[in-house]
Amino acid sequence: MQELVTRAKELLKDGTVTRVLGWKNGDLSYNPEPAFFETEEALSDFVYNGFCGANLSKYMIEASKKEGKTLVFLKPCDSYSFNQLLKEHRVDREKAYIIGVGCKGKLDIEAIKKQGIKGIETIKGAEMTDACDTLEISTIYGDKTVSYDDVMLSRCYSCKGKEHVIFDEQMLESRDTATKGRFDEVEAIEKMSPEEKFEFFRKELSKCIRCNACRNVCPACSCRKCVFDSNKFDSAQKANVDTFQENMFHIIRAFHVAGRCTDCGECSRVCPQGIPLHLFNRKFIKDINEFYGDYVAGEDIDAEAPLTHFEFTDREPNEERG
Amino acid sequence: MPLNENEFRPKIVAFCCNWCSYAGADLAGSSRLSYPADVKIIKVPCSCRVNPMFILRAFEKGADGVILCGCHPGDCHYSTGNYYARRRMTLLFSMLEYLGIEKGRTRVEWVSAAEGVKFSQTMNEFVETIRSLGKNVRLGDLRCKN
Ligand code: SF4
Ligand code: SF4
Ligand code: FES
Repeated sequence: MQELVTRAKELLKDGTVTRVLGWKNGDLSYNPEPAFFETEEALSDFVYNGFCGANLSKYMIEASKKEGKTLVFLKPCDSYSFNQLLKEHRVDREKAYIIGVGCKGKLDIEAIKKQGIKGIETIKGAEMTDACDTLEISTIYGDKTVSYDDVMLSRCYSCKGKEHVIFDEQMLESRDTATKGRFDEVEAIEKMSPEEKFEFFRKELSKCIRCNACRNVCPACSCRKCVFDSNKFDSAQKANVDTFQENMFHIIRAFHVAGRCTDCGECSRVCPQGIPLHLFNRKFIKDINEFYGDYVAGEDIDAEAPLTHFEFTDREPNEERG
Repeated sequence: MPLNENEFRPKIVAFCCNWCSYAGADLAGSSRLSYPADVKIIKVPCSCRVNPMFILRAFEKGADGVILCGCHPGDCHYSTGNYYARRRMTLLFSMLEYLGIEKGRTRVEWVSAAEGVKFSQTMNEFVETIRSLGKNVRLGDLRCKN
């Protein structure tokens, strides 16, 4: 991690960049948060460890409007989001200096808690070390250990790959973390009966408190005016008067980002209710691949987007799945 | 065929493009070809005017089946609208199936202004399918608010 700070300081010093976009520790050591650093001194707060799951690409929309270049650290999966934003003309390539950072899988504090570990004070072993094997957790009830590989974010077990699709330079090593097929969960649902499917989704979606965290974190959800914003003042802005939009929030949102979602997994990571929101996006991705040929949003900025493009020979909506 | 009181009468929404399918429905009418009164037609300027949310809203409000009719591919009066609609509906219907809405409850059919017979046949068939599937009890309360 120290090499990242050193490099960032260099780039600030020689005037290549005017600010740095990275992560710093939050109130608890295991929830670092995105942060801008304007000076070399400020960089003493910089962190990059196993808990830095946050995708920084969306912050580049605002950073693109500022004077000077911003140094941004992108993990492999984040680089797809940045590229997709570039394709949609939401970020300015000239305003970004991208360091593609390696990733060894990101940790999920909820998964750690699910192992029965409560009252966590500090966690050792989450640094980007070579090993990434055991986490030593000190809790108010004593010390615990857990294997790094058992408590990663669910998205890391089906990672798209550890290649950056866009960068100015690359730092730190990655390691392969994918052990599951990306569409396994979707396929399992497809096999259910209509009743089971509906009950499964109803159970999940009924937990939603409509905090908007999923929308706000999503790099694809960067519309200047969102359909879910109401003209009401203050906190009433969040609640939709329209019951239709309330009821269908997740489906509408998934459709809006269909063909643009890079499957970065941020929606599922931030949902305070633990709703597996990626299951909607992945369903669209799976269908697009199957019906219109493999497409990876954010991989190639010149590729035809699946929903703003058609072929004369496209399948008919009524057709049975082949 | 007289219907008895207790027989299930499905609610069916048919979005019809103004230029072809709506004219096709007109022709069916003026040629005295019948189709069930359960079909409620909503006229739209083009098949691609149908925002996927219209379909969701129809189901949410209690539709048992939703069908979209437009000009045949290549004949859209706005040149390419139906090609885009075709992709959107393909993905939306697949998502609906994923949520537990049987595939038979959604349909796209290309009907030209000259195809009064096809219009009437399509609607008769569709109503039959929906009758056999029965009432749609899903989607109206996806988030357990009621
Ligand atoms: S983050 Fe979760 S709880 Fe919040 S609006 Fe999204 S789905 Fe609902
Ligand atoms: S939910 Fe839809 S309208 Fe709102 S920000 Fe996301 S894509 Fe845009
Ligand atoms: S005008 Fe009929 S489908 Fe476009």
